Amino acid sequence: MAGMAGRMSTVIKSKISKLLDKAEDPGETLDYSYQKQLESLQNVKKGIADVVTAKKRLGMQAQKLEQSVVKLDTQARQALAAGNEELARTALERKQFAQTELQSLDQQVSELQSQQERLTESEKRLRAKIESFRTKKEVIKAQYSAAEAQVRISEAATGVGEEMADVGLAMQRAVDKTEDMKARASAVEELEAAGTFEDLTQLGTGQDDIDRQLAELGAGGMVDDELQRMKAELGAGEPPAKGELGAGEKP
Amino acid sequence: MIVRIMGEGQYRLADDVRERVNDLDNAVVRAVDDDDEDAFHVAFEELLDVIRTEGQPVPANDIESSDVIVPPPDTSMAEASSDFTGDGLIPG
Repeated sequence: MAGMAGRMSTVIKSKISKLLDKAEDPGETLDYSYQKQLESLQNVKKGIADVVTAKKRLGMQAQKLEQSVVKLDTQARQALAAGNEELARTALERKQFAQTELQSLDQQVSELQSQQERLTESEKRLRAKIESFRTKKEVIKAQYSAAEAQVRISEAATGVGEEMADVGLAMQRAVDKTEDMKARASAVEELEAAGTFEDLTQLGTGQDDIDRQLAELGAGGMVDDELQRMKAELGAGEPPAKGELGAGEKP
Repeated sequence: MIVRIMGEGQYRLADDVRERVNDLDNAVVRAVDDDDEDAFHVAFEELLDVIRTEGQPVPANDIESSDVIVPPPDTSMAEASSDFTGDGLIPG
């Protein structure tokens, strides 16, 4: 049947219309709706800036983790070379954990990058429409009686309002995602603060809990594999004889 | 008719595409009702594809109200589902 919309778009459209009704105050002057449009544009710009900030923060965290991965790998090798397999294992467990976090961070950074691009496109569209509205409003005012102008301008305002509602939702989704990522970033920062990725030689007591948790993270098999690989590389397949610690011949 | 893909922009579509758009739209809702994630993605992707390929993008400085509004391309089935039953993606 012509004119009958699908169920999904009907629901969406009625929701958008409700949003617009809510936003529209009959007492508003026509110039006021232009002010509101400009405010909405400012909000989008702020939203984009927030996404960029979150992206930078995650990017910096990723850099730190990359350094930790290198450092923990070196420590594992040193520990193994010195015959301290326990310490090597701990370092590798932490390295594994840091790598997993790093992968997830990289994914989040690229997700934020596409959010940023989409929002920037939305901002461009909204800006073009607002600029159009500003011109149109003046033309209508000059051409029509006050009552007729009122009707035509409020029609145009509704068209811009739809774009504002659309951009508003896109921003809300971006903000929600960014908040999730911020929470996660804070969790990683806490681990960093707790020394999880720090120099293992500095570990004192009280770190046992972290060690146990990391070991329980199930990286066990992978850590064992890597430990074996590292041993082979170091030519340390057999434990060094007593008294020869660190004095073994290097291949 | 004017169709908006949220977060992407508006397209002008010939009226004879309307039925196809409606059918696909309803297929999306059916998939959500059946809790069939694969069918949801297939129908939703096809709906977006029809709009993008059959439609002409509306220039950014044209002010038009949309006849049809579809949710953002990255809408998950869970989001779509809550949209049809409750508050969902769009409040209200």
